[in-house]
This record gives sequence, C-alpha cells and structure tokens, in this order.
Amino acid sequence: MTDAIWRPPLRARLAGRGVDSVTLLALPAVILLFALFVYPFGYGLWLSFTPKDGGALANYAKFFSDPFLYDTLSRTFWLAAPVTVLNVAAAIPTALRVRLVRRSRLLTTILVLPITLGTVLVAEGLLTYLGPQGWLNRVLMTLGLISHPLRLLHNYWGVFLSLFITGFPFAFLLTLSYVSGVDPALENAAATLGAGPRRRFWAILLPLLLPGLAITLCLSFVQAFSVFPSAVLLGAPAGPTRVISIAAYQAAFEDYDYSMASAIAIIMGVAQLAVVAMILAGRGLLYRGPAAGGKG
Amino acid sequence: MLQQASLSSRLWSLGVWVVMGLFVVNLLALIAAVVTSSFATRWLGTWLPAGWTLDWYGSAWREFQLADVLTVTFEIVALVVVLSGLIGVPAAYAMARRDFPGKRLVMLLFLLPLLVPPITYGIPLATVLYRTGLAGSMSGVVLANLAPTTPFVILVMIPYVEQIDPRVEAAARVFGANTPRLFVHVLLPLLLPGVLAALLLVLVRTLAMFELTFLTDGPTSQTLVVALYYAVFAAGVRAVQSIDAMAVIYMATSMVWLLIALRFVNPTQIVARARREPGR
Amino acid sequence: MGIRAANFRQLRFDKLSRAFGSMQALKDVDLTIEKGEFVALLGPSGCGKSTTLNILAGLTPATSGGIWLDSTRIDTLRPEQRGFGMVFQNYALFPHMSARANIGFGLKMRGAAKAEIARKVDEAIAMVRLQGQEDKLPGQLSGGQQQRVAIARAIVVEPPLVLMDEPLSNLDAKLRIEMRAEIRRIHNSLGATTIYVTHDQEEALSLADRIVVMREGAVRQIGAPDELYARPAHMDVAEFMGFRNRLAGKLTALEGERTSVSIGGATLSGVARAPMAVGDPIVVAARPEDMTVDAEAAASIPVTVTSCEFHGHAFLCGGVGSDGAEVWFRSGRRLALGAEARLGVDADKALVFPTRERPSP
Repeated sequence: MTDAIWRPPLRARLAGRGVDSVTLLALPAVILLFALFVYPFGYGLWLSFTPKDGGALANYAKFFSDPFLYDTLSRTFWLAAPVTVLNVAAAIPTALRVRLVRRSRLLTTILVLPITLGTVLVAEGLLTYLGPQGWLNRVLMTLGLISHPLRLLHNYWGVFLSLFITGFPFAFLLTLSYVSGVDPALENAAATLGAGPRRRFWAILLPLLLPGLAITLCLSFVQAFSVFPSAVLLGAPAGPTRVISIAAYQAAFEDYDYSMASAIAIIMGVAQLAVVAMILAGRGLLYRGPAAGGKG
Repeated sequence: MLQQASLSSRLWSLGVWVVMGLFVVNLLALIAAVVTSSFATRWLGTWLPAGWTLDWYGSAWREFQLADVLTVTFEIVALVVVLSGLIGVPAAYAMARRDFPGKRLVMLLFLLPLLVPPITYGIPLATVLYRTGLAGSMSGVVLANLAPTTPFVILVMIPYVEQIDPRVEAAARVFGANTPRLFVHVLLPLLLPGVLAALLLVLVRTLAMFELTFLTDGPTSQTLVVALYYAVFAAGVRAVQSIDAMAVIYMATSMVWLLIALRFVNPTQIVARARREPGR
Repeated sequence: MGIRAANFRQLRFDKLSRAFGSMQALKDVDLTIEKGEFVALLGPSGCGKSTTLNILAGLTPATSGGIWLDSTRIDTLRPEQRGFGMVFQNYALFPHMSARANIGFGLKMRGAAKAEIARKVDEAIAMVRLQGQEDKLPGQLSGGQQQRVAIARAIVVEPPLVLMDEPLSNLDAKLRIEMRAEIRRIHNSLGATTIYVTHDQEEALSLADRIVVMREGAVRQIGAPDELYARPAHMDVAEFMGFRNRLAGKLTALEGERTSVSIGGATLSGVARAPMAVGDPIVVAARPEDMTVDAEAAASIPVTVTSCEFHGHAFLCGGVGSDGAEVWFRSGRRLALGAEARLGVDADKALVFPTRERPSP
C-alpha cells in the first residue's frame, strides 16, 4: 500500500524558505524603488537607443563626435579626480588624529554643516567669500601673501574649492568610521615591539585601512563626478567647467531631447562605474579580512 | 591609547590641527560672509558693510514669495518624511528579521540609490515622471525625493530593529499578539527613538536635496533650496543682499532642524554609512 | 638554546599611582622583582593589575611614582624604546601578516639582517612548537596556535622582561591547562623574567614563583604560592584564595599565634593572622574542604544541614549554624537535609582575623 507523500501546505513551505507575511512588509518598498530607480534606468537605456533621428547608436555617436559634448567627460574627470584624491588624503591624518579626541561631537557637527547646508548654499557663500573684495582675498593681501586678488570665481578653482568643502567632511566621516574599526591593541603591540608612530602607520594601520579607503575613494569620486549646481553657479558652465551633468540637463530641459539626455546620463553612469571598478579591482589584491588581531 | 610622543610626532599633530582649524575657520567665514551681507545696507570694497539694516529680509520675503515657498517646502518635506517612514520602517523590519531567497538582491536595490549620486538617476527618473505627467507638480517632486529617502530610512532602521531581542517578540506572540498588535504594543514603542532619528535625518537631507527637486519641479512646487538656486542663478537682476537674506532664511531653517535632530542622533549618522563593518 | 633573555638584576616599582579622573586605579604600589622570577599579579577585575602592566609597558602613563630597571628610570621612556616583550589578552596579532612575519616584526623594527631574522624566528617557532604553521595568517590559526604566535613574537627579541596580560582567558579549559605548562616551560628555558596578570588563582598558584595579590588599586599581599595558599594575611585575600567560610565569634585565649575562639557555643583553635586582644570580635576563615563532620563535642560547631551536593570525590554540604551563619563543609557520605551535624577543623587550617580591619589607605 503506498501512502501519498504528504506535502506541507504552500504557506508552510514558503515560511520554511523565509517568506511569510513579515517578509511581505518589504514589498511596498521594493515596488516603489523598482518603479523609481530600476525602471527609469531601464527606460532610459532603451530611450537612449531610440534617438530623434538616426540609428540606434546615433546618440552615442553624436556624443563622441562633438567636442562640445565629449570634452565634458574629461573636464568632469579633471575636476573630480584631483579633488577626490585631496579629500581622501586629507581625511586620513585628520581621522587618525580625531579618533584620539574624546569630545569630538562639536567638531563632527561643524564638519557636517556643509553636507547639511548643501551645495547651493556653499556656492552662494563662496560667491561672497571668494570674490575679489571678499574676506579671503582681503586677508591674504593684508598678510602680504599676495599682491593682487586671486581669481577664484567663475572658473575651475571656485568649483574645485566648493567640491572640497562639501567632499572633505564626507570623506572624513567615512574614514573615521574605518579608522575606529582597527583594534587599538594592534598599535600597542607594534609599539611594544619597537615601532614608532610612523612605522606603526605604514606597517600596520595603512594596510588594514586600505580596503576601507578604497570604498571611500569610490564614494567620494562618484559624488564629485556628479557636480552640478556648483559648476553652474561658481564655474564657467559654458566653457572650462562644463561638466557632464550640465550637458545632460541641457539636453533634457533646453533641447527637450530626452533620448540624448538619457544617453548622456548612461555615459555618465558608465564612466563612474569604470573608475569604481578600477579602484575595487585594485582593492581585491589587498588584505580584506577583519581588522582585529585574534580571538575577540 | 599611546600618549607619549616625540617632538616630530607633536609637530605633525599640530600641523594636522592647524590645517583642520583653517578648514573650519574658512567654512565658518563663508557662512558669516553670507549672513553679514544679508544685514548690509551696502557692501562694496570694505571689510565690513557701510551700514546695517533688516530691510533685505522684507524685500526678499516679498520678492521671492518666501511665504509660499516655505509652505510648499514644508508640505513636500512632510509628505516625504511620512511616506518614507511608512514604507521604510516595515521594510527594515522585514530585512532585519527574515532571510529569504533574493534577499541580497533586494539589499542591493536598497543600497544603490544611496551610492549612486542623485543627478545620475535623477535625469532618467525625471524623464519617466515627465512622460507620465507627474513631473512639474508636487506629487512628482515628492515621488522623486522618495527614491533616496526610503532606502535611507531602511538602512538607518535595520540596526535598531536588530537591537531588539527577537525573544521579546516571541514572548509577545506566545501571549497572543498578532502582527499588527505586535507592532503597536511592542515594536513601535521600542523603535521610537530609531524612527525619530531616521525621520529627522530624512527631513534635514530633503531640505538640502537640490538635484531631484530641481529636475522635477514646477513653478508652484519649488522647495526653498531650489528657489535659492534660481535666485543666485539670476543674480545679475536682483540685489545680492536680497539673495543673501534668502540664503540666511534657508540656513536658519536647515540649522533649526539639524540642531533638533542632533539631540537624538550622532552627527555621523547623517552620512549613513553605506557599508557596515562585518560583525558590527 | 639560541634565545637567552638580556641581563638585568632588579625591576623596582616605587610608589606607582594612576588616577583616571577621580578614580584611583593604582595607589602607591611598591614592588621589587628579581631577574628570572615568574611573578603573577592576581586579583579581581578592577584591582589595577592590568593598569600596572600597561604602565610598565608604557602604554599608559603613571600619575605619580616611577619604575626602575636596576638604576635606570624607565617610566619616562616611550613603549617602543623599552624593549619588553608583551603578550596581549586578545593576542593582537597583525591580521594582514603571516605568523612568521608577525614573529619577526620586532626584529625588523630593530633593523636586524634578514638572515638573522629568519634564524631567530625559526628558533622561536621551534621553542613554542609551532613548526608547519608559520606561513599561515592569524585568521587561519586556532586559538591555541594564535597564542603561541603571540608568545613567540614577544620572546624572539630576547627581552629583559616578558609581560603577559591574561593570555589564557580566551581558551577553553583543556587548552588552558596545556598552555599553562607551555608558558612555564618557555619561561624556564628562556631564563626570562615574566610578569603575568590573571584573575584565576589556580593559574597563579601553578605558574608563579611569587604572587602579588591586588585589590582596588593596592597590593594586599606578596608571597610564594604555598604561603598565600595556607596563610593569607587579610580576610579579602583569604576569600580570594578559597576560604569560603566566615564564622563570627570572640577571642577567648591568645598565646603567640595560637588562639582559642568561641563560636556559637563551641570552642575552636585557630591561628591568628593579625594583632588582636582577648575579648575582640573575630572572624574565623576556613576552606570548605578543611571543615569535616567530626564528633568531638568541645571542638566542633553544630549545624543544621541545608544542602548536600555530590562532587565526585566527596560531598560539598551547606549548613546553618546556631547563630544563623552559613557554613560549607565536606562530608564522605550524603547527609539528610535537616539533620544535625557537628563540624570540626584543623587548628592550622582555621585562620583568625579581627572583625574590622584597618581600612586600606
């Protein structure tokens, strides 16, 4: 006599695999983000291949054949890359210092201000502060460091400074969190073995921080590469600081060519992805395990 | 922590503090420049303005229709805060308590809007919203802003949920609570500090969120930061001091909420680390 | 053996103190350690033993007082200048370096030649018996193996002093006993001077030549293990050493060290451990295993049995005396709850302390 194999009801089977009414609580969020994030990317990708006139690749061909357009890539890169390197390089010693300070909340609050206030306000502030009659130039001239005011507005440098002011706190906070994750006992051990502060940094701290620094580099670069309001307000959007986001914006809202705008947005995304992939590939060659030294 | 230091160590330390001090001083100075300008009668070529006045605030209020702009800003921000909370908190609970096939993909879906900068996904998003006719109105702006804020709420709330001992929930169920009652009587009271923290941070971030609103707004659905951008953009036409007055109003609004938020959260949470350390 | 510890004669702590804000972690600690000794700092958590070690290593400064190595003052030196070997509680192995690289780190910092480093590292690996594992990363090693790497790293530089901060606390019981023997063996063959911090009295008793018992930042007693085990100088040290019974009574007779005390109607003989006068209220401390069921009427204490646990070799029973005090004692057979028993204790094993000691400074 063979018994029918008893199969648990569908609900129980699903629950066994972790799907029940609680799991479904995530469904609205998933649907929302799919609609607001994934779908637009997919739609944008399709749209980029259906230009106003020409074949599927017409938009991309146009981008890479028109200097007014493809120059934006290199301009954005030469703005984003140096400022990112500066941000992260400045963040490392700062984070290492600040983690030793106990009452650092005031300092972190001040450093969080640029992020809270946003790029538009920082741009407006710099317009007043960096002007030829602004306080910065006045102080430098009074101190005798310069004889003519520095031209910092409506050019590369204004945007660079704005990216530094908003980018450094972000890099600093991220680096601080990674630095705090390194077991202090490791440095103590290195000290008892004869390593002074500099050797402790190069032989112990830096190798353990490199993976986190790679991530900080990626996130900072991506943020800087997307610069938009500062490039318009503080830079020269028609020329030296015509960044790729401006090109995308103009295609969408001045030329009403959504197809081209999507293509430019895709190119922008791909460029960011390429740099991130390169950095992470470099990180893959480095130590990636825990930053503590033994059984916890 | 190692305390004694050699001379070169101390010099390096001093150097780092000096550079950081310079950064802070310049930051505060640039903010002060805006504030000073807003109170100036005229300010050309001198260290401090020729005279002081409050008139620019009045004129900015009228000129930029700030009463309307502020109302609209708060309506938008309130909707974004409430909606991202309603959608995000349950999702965070599900992610913290359940392991299901495809969970890593879903986590990636929640992470990406925080890693990808707003303008990169803002352009495709705005395109879709225009095609569906939602852009240009408040609903478009609110929807656009939900893209980064909902994941933010989820990522901030997951650790708070994980902190609650699952056995407390098990006890509630054993004593007869179903899921809605569990939420109301047990979870929400315990999660309240976390929810408050997350929502305040969303508020502060949405106030400053420029790109998404800029790409999807219409003339009657501008937030304060976008109105400020337009004012600065058209700076040749209007008096600088008037724009600066508006900037100060924006700053004050932002700072008030930041200070309120800081009573409940650590400043570093504003950045919401996208990666969590293993084992943390 | 290629590795021999450097020479010095004496390490001296002079009124070492350390305050954290208003909290005194160490109060005027005086201690002298001879070369070649294995000294254990023993005490409950918060007693200041780890603070002492950290000050000695240079990882935290003293608030006052000093440390001398022969005639050289060392507490003003930075940790990297002191040249001690230290084994940390969580081993603190550099996770990105192989075991070999970890061990050789100290030699590398001193600028030794590559060939010499390799030779000494090999010797250290042999000494801790870790052959075959040296190219692995710490994450790939077991707890016991990580421990050996930590020890090898500390001794390869042939330091005058080896510091160990509760190195066995993260190991399971069996491994702990194995590693204990290893640590002593390495100490002996190295000829080193070792300072070992622990809260486990069994570890201290089995490993050390001398034990320093600490409590609340002050030294309570210093002595050889057998001395501390049999003749603790204070009630709190006695409790730490396993003298679980505290019987209140009065001193009835005193002759030199020998005493007679009256407890709950019975008279016991004991050994006085502090100055006292006839008629003083006193406390008798005794180990449960030293109190046995004994019929002799005059020298025994009546108790009512309240519990009896089987411990394999004997029964550990609890009872209540006529004054309501709890007493723990040993019995060869299970006793019925509520039964009456009379307990006696060897005069040598009953230590008499005054009820109120002079409060520690």
